[in-house]
Amino acid sequence: MSGQGPFTIEQFYKFLEHRKLMAGRCLKCGKIHMPPRPLCDNCFSQEFEWVSISGKGKLLTYTVISVAPQQFQALTPYAVGIVQLESGLKIPGMIQGLKQEQLKIGMALSLDFISCSNTQEWPQWPRYCFKP
Amino acid sequence: MRLNGKPLVSIISAGMTKFGRHDGLLAREIFSQAAKEAFSRCPKLDPKNDIKAMFIGQMGEAYEHQGHMGAATADWAGLVGIPTTRTESACASSGVALRAGIYATLSGLADVVLVGGVEKMTHRTTAEVTEYLAMASDYPFEQWHGITFPGLFAMMATAHMYEYGTTQEQMAMTAVKNHYHGSLNPKAHMQKEITLEAAMASRYVAWPLKLFDCSLITDGASCIILTKPELANKYTDMPVQIIGSGQASDTLGLYERKSLTSLNASKLSAKMAYEMANAKPSDMDLAEVHDCFTFAELMAYEDLGFCPVGKSGKLVESGETRLNGCIPVNTSGGLKAKGHPVGATGTAQAYEMYLQLTGQAGKRQVKDAKIGLTHNVGGSGATAAVHIYRRDY
Repeated sequence: MSGQGPFTIEQFYKFLEHRKLMAGRCLKCGKIHMPPRPLCDNCFSQEFEWVSISGKGKLLTYTVISVAPQQFQALTPYAVGIVQLESGLKIPGMIQGLKQEQLKIGMALSLDFISCSNTQEWPQWPRYCFKP
Repeated sequence: MRLNGKPLVSIISAGMTKFGRHDGLLAREIFSQAAKEAFSRCPKLDPKNDIKAMFIGQMGEAYEHQGHMGAATADWAGLVGIPTTRTESACASSGVALRAGIYATLSGLADVVLVGGVEKMTHRTTAEVTEYLAMASDYPFEQWHGITFPGLFAMMATAHMYEYGTTQEQMAMTAVKNHYHGSLNPKAHMQKEITLEAAMASRYVAWPLKLFDCSLITDGASCIILTKPELANKYTDMPVQIIGSGQASDTLGLYERKSLTSLNASKLSAKMAYEMANAKPSDMDLAEVHDCFTFAELMAYEDLGFCPVGKSGKLVESGETRLNGCIPVNTSGGLKAKGHPVGATGTAQAYEMYLQLTGQAGKRQVKDAKIGLTHNVGGSGATAAVHIYRRDY
């Protein structure tokens, strides 16, 4: 299913709520944007299609955060990293299920969807994380 | 004279508050102290009549529940009536204010321009400041997923360690050096030397960055006054010339960048500034670089061309970036020891350069300093500004 809707970050997260990792492909130059953008930064086209992206990738870099804003303090220390997916797209996020000494640049990780009940007015974006 | 090209603008005066805690003062009140110093240093300047525009770097409304800081600071500096604009580019807010001041001066619209910056931070908790600083990073993919500001630089440090073998000890050596310089600067927030052991023993903030790898939460303000080179001698016998200026941007999100071990905005800004000044890195007698984290200073050595890519750890180890080395870096103490009131940092770097190039840097004076560079970074590197300065008298 290629999906519908505007090529926005809001829409990206709506797909994510339905456990779909989607990106916008420019119909003019073919560049794939994740997060999607309403204006192609390569050719300035505004015409896109949704494409489904594999959540499998490898860890490019990471850190373990000990000092966090209020909202994340209960989780400290927690690992975050940047993962390069099989498509070449890069995406940051929390890494779960691994101890610090198990984290290795280049290791295989997969994106997992987290279901959550969000009571804030804005934003109501779901979260995701990476797992081995 | 080396690098004898035509200057872009001349600095005729400069002011900076003590960096540290200014309990009970608002940002505008702190800024007035920096303005007063700059006015006092330049008795031939009539501030109310001569200053034709003002650009003020300031990062966050959240600190004081106060926006519109351009007007607030002009008001409290006694300059009501002039065009005044706040520039916001996170930690590079006043580096880009300086660039805006150069645009204004060169455009011919304003012969004398005050550029500066201010931030009041210490009345907030560390958690609050962590949250406000993170606002300079991407919200939907970085902040939303718990990635802090130290976390972004930590991820760059991790990648650099992996790729080039840079060590936590080398980062700590940067802190030791900058605290030594800070001990020589009466306006620095921290004026005590630290040991390598203490730096290495400090607790982690975002691995591999420890508390002693982080710059300080500080209150302070700074400013410089610019004019056209042909007017400079009307105001002072010892102008400092700006001979190169560069500013560049990068993707807001760190994750979208081509490199995780260098800042392209720094490289682009440096290239612009070096080309404008017809200069090369080895021409610099000293530099003030953006050490928001110790690792950021190491990365700056590489991005500014002070050493080959991957060799910044070795450069700090060699001692050549310490006072009396071949390229002293952050003689002010840097963001690490002088402190980092984010909006004030860019013009505080220019203030240090003004003192150094006019021989007024006291115990930390670099001998025969004639040419220097400042490097100011916003956020995790989505903005950078580089300026090159020359003493002409």
